[in-house]
Amino acid sequence: MKKYTDQGKKDTRSGFGAGLAELGKTNPRVVALCADLVGSLKMDAFIADNPDRFFQVGIAEANMMGIAAGLTIGGYIPFTGTFANFSTGRVYDQVRQSIAYSEKNVKICASHAGITLGEDGATHQILEDIGLMKMLPGMTVINPCDYNQTRAATLAIAEHEGPVYLRFGRPKVPNFTPEQQEFQIGKALLLQEGTDVSIFATGHLVWEALIAAENLEKEGISAEVINIHTIKPIDTEAIIASASKTGCVVTAEEHNYYGGMGESVARVLTTHRPTPQEFVATRDTFGESGTPQQLMEKYGLNNKAIEKAVHKVVTRRDG
Amino acid sequence: MVSPKNALTFEGIKHAQMSELKDLEALVVQVRRDILRMVHEVNSGHPGGSLGCTEFFVAMYNHVMELKDTFDMDGIGEDLFFLSNGHISPVYYSVLARKGFFPLEELNTFRKINSRLQGHPATHEGLPGIRIASGSLGQGMSVAIGAALAKKLNGDPHLIYSLHGDGELQEGQVWEAVMFAAGRNVDNLIATIDRNGQQIDGPTEEVMPLGDVKTKFEAFGWEVVSLQDGNNLEAIIQTMEEAKKRTGKGKPVAVIMETVMGHGVDFMMHTHAWHGKAPNDEQLELALSQNPETLGDY
Repeated sequence: MKKYTDQGKKDTRSGFGAGLAELGKTNPRVVALCADLVGSLKMDAFIADNPDRFFQVGIAEANMMGIAAGLTIGGYIPFTGTFANFSTGRVYDQVRQSIAYSEKNVKICASHAGITLGEDGATHQILEDIGLMKMLPGMTVINPCDYNQTRAATLAIAEHEGPVYLRFGRPKVPNFTPEQQEFQIGKALLLQEGTDVSIFATGHLVWEALIAAENLEKEGISAEVINIHTIKPIDTEAIIASASKTGCVVTAEEHNYYGGMGESVARVLTTHRPTPQEFVATRDTFGESGTPQQLMEKYGLNNKAIEKAVHKVVTRRDG
Repeated sequence: MVSPKNALTFEGIKHAQMSELKDLEALVVQVRRDILRMVHEVNSGHPGGSLGCTEFFVAMYNHVMELKDTFDMDGIGEDLFFLSNGHISPVYYSVLARKGFFPLEELNTFRKINSRLQGHPATHEGLPGIRIASGSLGQGMSVAIGAALAKKLNGDPHLIYSLHGDGELQEGQVWEAVMFAAGRNVDNLIATIDRNGQQIDGPTEEVMPLGDVKTKFEAFGWEVVSLQDGNNLEAIIQTMEEAKKRTGKGKPVAVIMETVMGHGVDFMMHTHAWHGKAPNDEQLELALSQNPETLGDY
């Protein structure tokens, strides 16, 4: 079994900042916009290098989305930066009409997604954003798992023509994927092969899935772990191949089970290969204040919750 | 930086001899006929605001704006126009078609299935001339600002024009955009407000008073030009030339254009009743009789 090691804890938003800074040096068409959250989004390096290609819009997210759409007319590739909540729910109609329906090449980069935003509480912890964004026709939805992958994804979306929602987070989490990796949009990554159960995880839950798999191995359960970094378009082939082998599936995400990655996986499976599935996700609830770790524990979003779901789904398959 | 994907084919924009006022006046009457016939055909659409802005569109596309003779999405090297109040699509489509952006016969497909002429303007079906979808109100000024910033980054001295309904100013996003444009010196933008004083539920000052629009824009730091007769071609051209002179001086420019909703059809004027209602057969006949054919119906 391949072991992944934590190369040191880093926040995924810093991976975005590093990727954006790199794009600032390599791609003159990339411009960035921010709604008063430059520090939180780690955009300082890009701004220092490219002051003329950065637009501070103030606390006006709707305007930011419209300006970004307009900047594409003239050949630019705008990257917008604000929290996930303000990148989606607050500006849904602007994203829908001016960006998605108008097929504009805007990259909506959303930090502080999910419950691990922590102490700020439910007003800021969006657990509905994946659903909102994946429902928009033509929108690509990406949720990378660590610093290195977020950096790689940031570089990759600049090369992709069309609107993208890039979701990342606030807390420092294990950085375990290779430093110089290629990010292929829509291509799931098989992190660990297994035969008894398929764990499809996205974002911060990928590391938790790897820990769960390690613990399960001690009990004699061989878990396959697949990183679904791209939720739309989802990697149908990878899902069917793994589910065909193991016969049962657990999905794990920091999102409501309504509208999340798990539902996308379920759609693939019910269409192609009906398979028992358990969902590690929040269950139609808002979050609350607390440390990221406390919240992951309370809302059932950690390796223990994944292990529990695996036991349940294996029993269902065998029952 | 023109991406080939966005280079759309079309008939070829006609740089007709439209400089003479009488030619423009003839076009205005023909566009009115197009608007009336389009909405009548599908028994839906928005004739009131379209008729009120007919002179403005005719002047913009045939006199005021500098346009290339091909259409591409990026529009580098030409003036660009953004319609924020997308529901007045009939006047937009008619003027674009008569300018040669797409075949005139296509006006027949307005609001019908499998058409490029959607109820509200869209880029989705690839209709030449349209650069953004609009219809959900309040978004166009932000988009126009983005395009204006792109012009500056590209070193393109051409201007960005936009049109907004007055009722649309009730949307909060407009004021976010107004604040940004002044705060960031977007001085290559001329935003026109169609001040017809009407919206769906009645007069704007009853539905939600807009108050002194000119003073509001000035307070945000805009240059404001007033256009009292927005249904007079000469006045429009003169005012837009004045507005152009005020660009490039650090401030965005607003034109507050007073128009009469339903202009050119007596029973549609001075009321919100024809905001989103099509004429029946008799009403169409009467309306057309007030606007005899000049350049040939589509």
